[in-house]
Amino acid sequence: MHRYIPHTEEEIKRMLQEIGVNSIEDLFVDVPKTIDGYNIPEGKDEFTVRKIVEGLAKENVSFDPENVFLGAGVYYHYIPTVVKHLASNPNFVTAYTPYQAEVSQGTLQMLFEYQTMMCELTGMEVANSSMYDGASAFAESLLMATRITGKTKMLVAQSINPEYRTVAKTYTKPQGIEILEVKYDETGKVDMTNLKSLLSEDVAAVAVAYPNFFGIIEDLKAIRELVPQNVVFIVVAEPVSLALLEAPGKFGADIVVGEGQALGVTPNLGGPGIGFFATLEKHVRKMPGRLIGETKDIEGKKGYVMILQTREQHIRREKATSNICSNQAYIALINAIYLSTMGPQGLKEVAWRSYNNAHVLAKMLEEKGFQRVFKGEFFNEFVIKVPENYREKWHAMVREGILGPIPIDRVYKSLGPSALVCATEVNTKTSMMKLVEVMSK
Amino acid sequence: MTIFEKSVPGRKGYELPVYDIEEVKCEIPEHLLRKEPPMLPEVSEVDVVRHYTDLALKNYSVDRGFYPLGSCTMKYNPKINEDMAALFANFHPFQPRETITGAIKLMGHLKELLCEITGTDDMTLQPAAGAHGELTGLLVARAYFEDKGELEKRRKVLVPDSAHGTNPASAAMAGFEVIELKSGEDGCVNLDELKAHLDDSVAVIMLTNPNTLGLFEKDILEIAKMAHEVGALLYYDGANLNAIMGRTRPGDMGFDIVHLNLHKTFSTPHGMGGPGSGPIGVKKHLAPYLPVPVVRKTENGYDLDYNLPKSIGMVRSFYGNFLVMVKAYTYILTMGNKGLKQVSDMAVLNANYLRKKLSRLYKVAYNRICMHEFVIDNEEFSRKTGVKTLDIAKRILDYGMHAPTIYFPLIVHEAMMIEPTETESKMTLDRFVEILEKIYEEAHNNPELVKKAPYTTPVRRLDDVSATKFPIFRYTRK
Repeated sequence: MHRYIPHTEEEIKRMLQEIGVNSIEDLFVDVPKTIDGYNIPEGKDEFTVRKIVEGLAKENVSFDPENVFLGAGVYYHYIPTVVKHLASNPNFVTAYTPYQAEVSQGTLQMLFEYQTMMCELTGMEVANSSMYDGASAFAESLLMATRITGKTKMLVAQSINPEYRTVAKTYTKPQGIEILEVKYDETGKVDMTNLKSLLSEDVAAVAVAYPNFFGIIEDLKAIRELVPQNVVFIVVAEPVSLALLEAPGKFGADIVVGEGQALGVTPNLGGPGIGFFATLEKHVRKMPGRLIGETKDIEGKKGYVMILQTREQHIRREKATSNICSNQAYIALINAIYLSTMGPQGLKEVAWRSYNNAHVLAKMLEEKGFQRVFKGEFFNEFVIKVPENYREKWHAMVREGILGPIPIDRVYKSLGPSALVCATEVNTKTSMMKLVEVMSK
Repeated sequence: MTIFEKSVPGRKGYELPVYDIEEVKCEIPEHLLRKEPPMLPEVSEVDVVRHYTDLALKNYSVDRGFYPLGSCTMKYNPKINEDMAALFANFHPFQPRETITGAIKLMGHLKELLCEITGTDDMTLQPAAGAHGELTGLLVARAYFEDKGELEKRRKVLVPDSAHGTNPASAAMAGFEVIELKSGEDGCVNLDELKAHLDDSVAVIMLTNPNTLGLFEKDILEIAKMAHEVGALLYYDGANLNAIMGRTRPGDMGFDIVHLNLHKTFSTPHGMGGPGSGPIGVKKHLAPYLPVPVVRKTENGYDLDYNLPKSIGMVRSFYGNFLVMVKAYTYILTMGNKGLKQVSDMAVLNANYLRKKLSRLYKVAYNRICMHEFVIDNEEFSRKTGVKTLDIAKRILDYGMHAPTIYFPLIVHEAMMIEPTETESKMTLDRFVEILEKIYEEAHNNPELVKKAPYTTPVRRLDDVSATKFPIFRYTRK
């Protein structure tokens, strides 16, 4: 028997006797036997398995994080050692969804604290306990806007991460939702004239990113002033930047969503990350996802449970606010440990260094003749014009150990040859000088 | 105590390297600058370590013991899977493709293995969970019918009343009208009921097989034939795949779309509710509609194919929960062909052993040979003793084990759904039986004792009614 299965021959015999059948085959009489095993290799010992998977891992190129200037939604930041160690606790790793609250208080309290931290960062009143990722959280925010307003027209800024907009199209199409794209102007911000011209009675929501895909910091105040109060204002936010930038909640956002990978999670080739989702109490019954609330036990002791479950699929079935069941709870734990360790000062320092490094790097590149495409204020990413052959150079930089700024002109064709440069606190002066040198060659 | 209450202004648990880069002037406009710092904890590293270690102690987990949640497949999660996933933690999804050939190859291998296991022709690994896979599968079906010019008339998705809640919810999200099929007296799909609803207005029939009662839909081949005769597609909810490995495949039974829960059958841990991974396999005719990118074999390896003009688009960023895929891949390499068959054999043996032993005192709904799980019907028990399924579940916690899934499937009142999985020994199962025997006795002799359970857990029974009525969504500093 395989080592993960404890049964001895003797036990199997006794169990079959207890059941009253002669063989294992007798248990499968209803099942049409269409195959005799699979056409796949036989199992292997763990040393051999390790060798195979390590072999595949080694076929990839890893980069020293200080030499990474690629962001576009996934970021390298310092991750304190405690994060991995505490999150590896098997009582977190191998627990299920907290259906039996009395033996899941660790999970429930952690998620309640995570919700609180996300409320604090976003300036919102309620945050759920996670979505799959930033893109699907954004898509669900549009569905929620339709539930709130009963309307189906969405104004979505072109400067929102292109993959988020692709996912949003996939999610919203069956609901008959129409997405109109709002242009950006020469500052890289939402083109206010264009936004104004698109606003009409039948608009459900206006969605912008903060900072947006180009790294530009949108003026949420000006946008909210333009957008009528009965239109749902959705902000896709980058959580690290929120230590430095005013919280979207302060500007009257109705829903704030985003990707939480930057908060202590390794890049993981893009997954798992985590979607965060925050809103106002008045909208909470239209909200997707699992919510944890505080309560008391029969002796008056404080405890935590899942709440407002009547929004969810296991109760409401086809009338649920979403079909989401499994989420990214484990990544919420990583976010919570990271934020606890960094605290308000640590996160602000990370945000400031990311901002500062990006601005220093921008200056260095500008001195070498690279022009910034947009004039607007930016956080830790910015777009530069690059030569026609940049894409080849981008691939060639790998040999120098550099993961360079990603070319974005295939998605934003009208920009012409251009690349999105990213810096965070992990980049150094030396690595930035090296990048500038390689790019100028 | 929450971590916020442990916070002391000015305390910190981090240290960044000395910062030696010249500082620029902050150019963020004043009104966009944060005025008040977020109320995050200000604690030391030791505080953080103790807080989260303490929280972990308040959790039950598979590593602590038996976790017989029906339809959840709480099997042992091998440690090597975690180590192997960690090898891929530092790759950026937008790295040049030639720098992630190993990762792409792994996805390619995994896809081939899972296609073989499900009997499907093509697959996307992008969905992040089972329900996400369902939505993806139904969007694929939608795109297929749209392409054929049939979407106007094919508005319905048929779902048995015993189905997981995600099935109807996913169908609604994909824009279909949900029609519930009443189960037959034997707990399976009733062919007459199916016939009554089946015509060319049906797009998809969603089934899980074995179904949520743990019974194999014995008419599955007939159901598939009926579905295909009216041009409908058959969808397989893979939550219960752990019962049939090595013997049959959803694709062989006639299913057109199959989702898998890698966090169930393929032992990647549940992580308190996620991340999961919900790949969907499809038959050839549906392959053009899969989300992009699709991993494909090429002349010199594997590559990502974004060139699917009929694709539904993307259902999340990038490639999916990649690290979860690494764990599932490691598991399949470890188990291999014979190992996977042993998994299902022993999962079904365990379920039947428990069913037989418990049926002496408890009423098993549809008490016949079951697959990997079965359902206990406590309606009569509860009428006689006043002890509800919820009370039994809470009392099990006192004895140091986790409760089964309760109040599901909806078609059994006071249901208790038990899935032991293959990684549990006879000794563990016998202990669980003893506990349920003890509770049976208690319910008859001292029902109040059971009704007030649990007693030994970190908190006693929690008031979830007022938690929802007067919700407290977050910690607020007094």
